[in-house]
Amino acid sequence: MYGIAMAKGLLVTLKNMTKKPFTVQYPEERVKQHPRFRGEEFVWYEERCTGCASCAKYCPLGIIKIVTKPSETAPAQGDKYKLELFDISINRCMFCGLCVEACPYDALFMGSGFEQGQYSRKKMVIDIDHLRQADKHPSTFFRPQLEDSGYDPRGGRPLHWQEVGRESWQWHQREKAGMNIARPVPSDLLSDDPQVDSSFVEDSEVATPPPSTTTEEAE
Amino acid sequence: MSCVLGPDNILHDTLLFRVIYDFVGHLLPCWLSYIVAGGVIMMLLVNGVLMGAGLFSWVERRLIGRFHNRIGPNRWGPFGMLQPMADVVKLIFKEDLTPAGADRIVFMIVPVAMLAPVVLMMAVVPFAKDTALANLNVGVLYVLAVTSITSVAIFMAGWASNNRYAMFGASRGVAILISYEVPVVMSLLGVVLVAGSMSMADVVSAQTIPFLLVQPLAFFVFFVGTSAELNRTPFDLAEAESEIIAGYHIEYSGVKFALIQAAEFGAVLTSSAVMVTLFLSGWSGPLSSYLGWVWFLMKIGVLAFVFSWVRATFPRLRIDQLLAFAWKFLLPISIINLFATALEVYFLRDGAGTLDTTDLWIMAGINFGVAFGSLLIFGTLIKEKVRPARPITGVTLSSIEVS
Repeated sequence: MYGIAMAKGLLVTLKNMTKKPFTVQYPEERVKQHPRFRGEEFVWYEERCTGCASCAKYCPLGIIKIVTKPSETAPAQGDKYKLELFDISINRCMFCGLCVEACPYDALFMGSGFEQGQYSRKKMVIDIDHLRQADKHPSTFFRPQLEDSGYDPRGGRPLHWQEVGRESWQWHQREKAGMNIARPVPSDLLSDDPQVDSSFVEDSEVATPPPSTTTEEAE
Repeated sequence: MSCVLGPDNILHDTLLFRVIYDFVGHLLPCWLSYIVAGGVIMMLLVNGVLMGAGLFSWVERRLIGRFHNRIGPNRWGPFGMLQPMADVVKLIFKEDLTPAGADRIVFMIVPVAMLAPVVLMMAVVPFAKDTALANLNVGVLYVLAVTSITSVAIFMAGWASNNRYAMFGASRGVAILISYEVPVVMSLLGVVLVAGSMSMADVVSAQTIPFLLVQPLAFFVFFVGTSAELNRTPFDLAEAESEIIAGYHIEYSGVKFALIQAAEFGAVLTSSAVMVTLFLSGWSGPLSSYLGWVWFLMKIGVLAFVFSWVRATFPRLRIDQLLAFAWKFLLPISIINLFATALEVYFLRDGAGTLDTTDLWIMAGINFGVAFGSLLIFGTLIKEKVRPARPITGVTLSSIEVS
């Protein structure tokens, strides 16, 4: 008969009416965000950054601008380049994360936020002061040591540069099995900080002392 | 200085009018207080319908949201209740466009011509005992006549807009309205036969049991026909957004669009009010002399919920399915209903030509059988018509290839 399917349809909608709505009321409620989410508030640790500009070189869009000048003291004494400009123009950024992958010193992390709407294009450029002052909620994208520690970027507290850890040498060996790249791990964590979490210390202990390739280059 | 309304006056039976008339009559001359009392009731009606339309637009959006597992508008006011206000403010501040080449006068008249029948329909509907604005002795006929104005308004909108989509929508709308007017009138004849009167108040007082039970087929036909005349979703070809953008009101913006929308939402409420009066025993219920209006509003709410429910469920019909549904399905079953009712009334009425409650229960039993049987037969017969169109066979691309 003609009408039976219609009655069935009416029942289906009536059943759906009693269900809980799927809607998440955004500003008040949020969906759970994965810790590996690549947000746009880049987290940059100036203490680790040497100004090598690997991120700028690897950026497929060329939206990272870095200007350095030689440091006052000699590089042999442990000083590094002085950064004058670190601009990330996020209005064209596609959040591929290649800059984070490229950073050899784990100084740059993807952020976890996404609420950076601006009214002008000029404000879409994150400059060095913005990067210094921003709250550091690093995403665990390409940072397995951070993800293993169970850090939740949205819920957790801002992380100091000494707490975010370094990529472990073992992890690289596991990931790049067979490639046999003899890459030293410059572990600045080993230097002089007693505040380091135990979970990260494990990684640093495994890392062999650096055979000072960086200093060789500097010379 | 006190004025008395004569019993021959058409508004004598209206309790509300008489109260206001007596009150104002102490201060003003009689002819003026007559006008003032009428004006007050008109204000109440027009604003009641407009406010109700606003409220129903929110209720329907919330309801359809729930049917879709969404929440619906909930930001402005408690539960988003002030959303209609925000909509109206937005529409008032929009630019009021008139398309080039439009028939300006007709274009301007249309929103009023759409809204007027909706408000006029409420004039004869009794909210409670003796509270209709006018207790017309041809109330049912009046309702049918007034609703037919809408088809003229729709065609005016389509013609004056100087837009082909509007014209498509208008011609579809008029085709639907004319087709569905016939079964609707036929179904109401059954109600009038049982009630023995065309006055809305008499129809209500005749319903010792609701006519929904006595005339189930008529209710079905009237409900379907009304939702087609209101251009509601299974029959909203005239304003199909995905096909002809918005149909006849494509060129309207600003206040005019707000009025047209108010007319559409208000029409649902007034049609529900008419349906409550004719089929759901109007204001009667427990304590009906004090709480009649509460029962009336509750029944309107139930019917409005059913309208939203149907809208949330069914997809749009094709135009040939729509007209076939009116002429090959609704019209025959309404004629069957009319004949069955006429025979039952002829055999069951007593000497004075009235039916008591036992007769109505007997009629209810018979009519449910008739309803089921005719729905079964005609539902099977129309099945072929509403199937999707078959793909064209025998024609391949190569046969129409350009040599």
